[in-house]
Amino acid sequence: MSELEVKRTKLEMAKMPEGMEGPGFFVTSLEKVVGMARKNSIWPLPFATSCCGIEFMATMASHYDLGRFGSERLSFSPRQADLLMVMGTIAKKMGPVLKQVYEQMAEPRWVLSVGACASSGGIFDTYSVLQGIDRIIPVDVYVPGCPPRPEQILDGVLKIQELVENESFRRRDSPEYKALLNSYGIE
Amino acid sequence: MSNHDIGKLAEPEEKVYTTLNLGPTHPATHGIFQNVLKMDGEIIVEAEPTIGYIHRAFEKLAERRPYNQVTPITDRLNYCSSPINNMGWHMTVEKLIGAELPKRVEYMRVVVMELARIADHIICNSVIGVDTGAMTGFLYIFQWREKIYDIYEQICGARLTTNIGRIGGFERNFSDKVWSLIDDFVRDFPKGLTEFSNLLERNRIFMDRTINAGPVSQKMALEYSFTGPNLRAAGIDHDVRVMNPYSSYQDFDFTIPIGTQGDVYDRFMVRQQEMWESLSIIKQALKNIDRKSPVFSGDVPEFVLPEKAEVYNNMEALIYHFKIVMGETEVPAGEVYHSVEGGNGELGYYLISDGGRTPYRLHMRRPCFIYYQAYPEIIKGSMLSDAILTMSSMNVIAGELDA
Amino acid sequence: MNTAQHVQALNQQAQPLHDTVLARLTEKFGDAVLGSRIDYDFPVFEIKREAICDVLKFLKDDEQLNFHFLTTACGLHFPDHHGREMGMMYQLHNWPANTRIRILVHFPDQDAVMPTITTIWPAANWMEREAYDFFGIIFKGHPNLKRILNMEDITFFPLRKEFPLEDPTREDKDDTMFGR
Repeated sequence: MSELEVKRTKLEMAKMPEGMEGPGFFVTSLEKVVGMARKNSIWPLPFATSCCGIEFMATMASHYDLGRFGSERLSFSPRQADLLMVMGTIAKKMGPVLKQVYEQMAEPRWVLSVGACASSGGIFDTYSVLQGIDRIIPVDVYVPGCPPRPEQILDGVLKIQELVENESFRRRDSPEYKALLNSYGIE
Repeated sequence: MSNHDIGKLAEPEEKVYTTLNLGPTHPATHGIFQNVLKMDGEIIVEAEPTIGYIHRAFEKLAERRPYNQVTPITDRLNYCSSPINNMGWHMTVEKLIGAELPKRVEYMRVVVMELARIADHIICNSVIGVDTGAMTGFLYIFQWREKIYDIYEQICGARLTTNIGRIGGFERNFSDKVWSLIDDFVRDFPKGLTEFSNLLERNRIFMDRTINAGPVSQKMALEYSFTGPNLRAAGIDHDVRVMNPYSSYQDFDFTIPIGTQGDVYDRFMVRQQEMWESLSIIKQALKNIDRKSPVFSGDVPEFVLPEKAEVYNNMEALIYHFKIVMGETEVPAGEVYHSVEGGNGELGYYLISDGGRTPYRLHMRRPCFIYYQAYPEIIKGSMLSDAILTMSSMNVIAGELDA
Repeated sequence: MNTAQHVQALNQQAQPLHDTVLARLTEKFGDAVLGSRIDYDFPVFEIKREAICDVLKFLKDDEQLNFHFLTTACGLHFPDHHGREMGMMYQLHNWPANTRIRILVHFPDQDAVMPTITTIWPAANWMEREAYDFFGIIFKGHPNLKRILNMEDITFFPLRKEFPLEDPTREDKDDTMFGR
């Protein structure tokens, strides 16, 4: 064994939430535990349409490896997904499809808009391109870039993780959230 | 239905077909294509493709942009091999204005274009692997794409949508780092590609899965104007690099790999072999490039940005600098067509110039758009899972398809 | 080399091909050939709309000319050319001899109707659908003439010069001073 010197990278486990600790027990709020669990096991739904999708492939592949952040498992079914990653241009023809996918996702759901096209239409200020997906669905985090580097996409996922961890339990039942959805025409 | 009828096979005339809506965002289709399939069990009877889900109006956009600002649009055509698209556009404009480039620049372009072809084929072939259920190949070979990204980054600063080079040459000379990265790549890539080949090429499961899946006959390929690897897999040795050599391709010695029956396996193998050929072209180019030479663009003052020191001290340079940045370059009126061998086949630009600052009309011959219309006919009568493989092996890139 | 010399050199290369094809076409079709020129390295022939199917079929099937490959086809719009505002461009390629030609057809925009060439090349199917989608050219006899890239319900033909490129719903861009 000693002949093979294994270089170990410094691993950091998920941090314990704040709470009361004693011999054999640990007390904290349910919200924090659930937040921690959700944060580290996000199932993304890749809605990859164009160039950014290729960068997403790079993000998933061995070099950058999104799996390190708890998102190894892609969910291609919207029903099981937590995070909708919209990558690439959304044309007006595609808009209703995107909205339908969003509506099919179960709460709680988050949306990451990757790339300039998804965020604002980007360089394609044209008759056929939707000028930002936030016109049809609410977006949590925007990642700029055309296309963004994999590091940026990872950073966007980390930002989503922060949101997931700190989200209040009752947010999705609040009237503000309902009003937000209603403003997009989603019941 | 009485009890007697249960278990009896349905008569042909009462056959029930199911309709399957595949796409636009099906996990098995890479990119967004919709196919409404009429299925008899698992056999496809009819397919009706719908495209246009990321139509971005490239051709209209190009009519509003000065010539050197069209390059970023071409990046997003076949985004797996942007540099080839960029170079194709540069060469089209150079043909319009009659610019001649030094050999060194042309060879540098060849190096970049062949790297892009390798990058393109890596995506396509690794994805064929993924679709047959072999994720490993993808994870291994994608590492080499990252190395090509590193080279792009050193040349132009971008990874995927590169906007590499300028009309009339390159934006700057290749640095020593670029040359050393290319050297490393050329030295090490054979190892990676061999590893990938060993995983798939003679793999029994892969062969059983891909041979005879989605075959394309020569007649059909010609009728549907196939070009590129898909045509060559059907057994026709047509390659724009040989047919109408551009950028000094006539100086290089390479073979055009062809298949025999145009099925998924042939398309895969043609692309595999093309990667080896590309590698050999890069080696030949590297041998003949003078790395210390300061020449990185032709004598095209209308489009090549002058040195900053010149701009401060020389009136002409200042005028050109201003004109290029503001996109006010004059070009002759005329119609040109120039095509290059893109990752998927003959990528052509048909440019009508009326002498103004922007193209009057730019039509792009996108190989994907043209050969994808044969898809319903190819998959007719095949299994659903073969249809998925056929699509990924045809390397249909949404950006190029929908323009 | 300046542009004029460059163009002249390319023209000279294409001259023999231009002469051969023109001779064959006028011999066969007479006044259906409205004109011809050489654009850079391409011989260009302008053909009467009614004869386009026959001409293309002839060019494809003729053993000497053998333009068997349809490289591309696209619509054109020249709003200033009175009476011939719309156009179709076909580009053919003979692989064995490696020769390329371009065929142009012009017609008025009030009467934007073309015969289909899908019977000659199946590949023309989507090219014609694209031309319909972009320019509103109706192809008579086309098996499935509907919009291909844009949504079915849009009411305009976006690549015609009079239609704006930009998305009309953007409010954040101010174009009073510089345009967009």
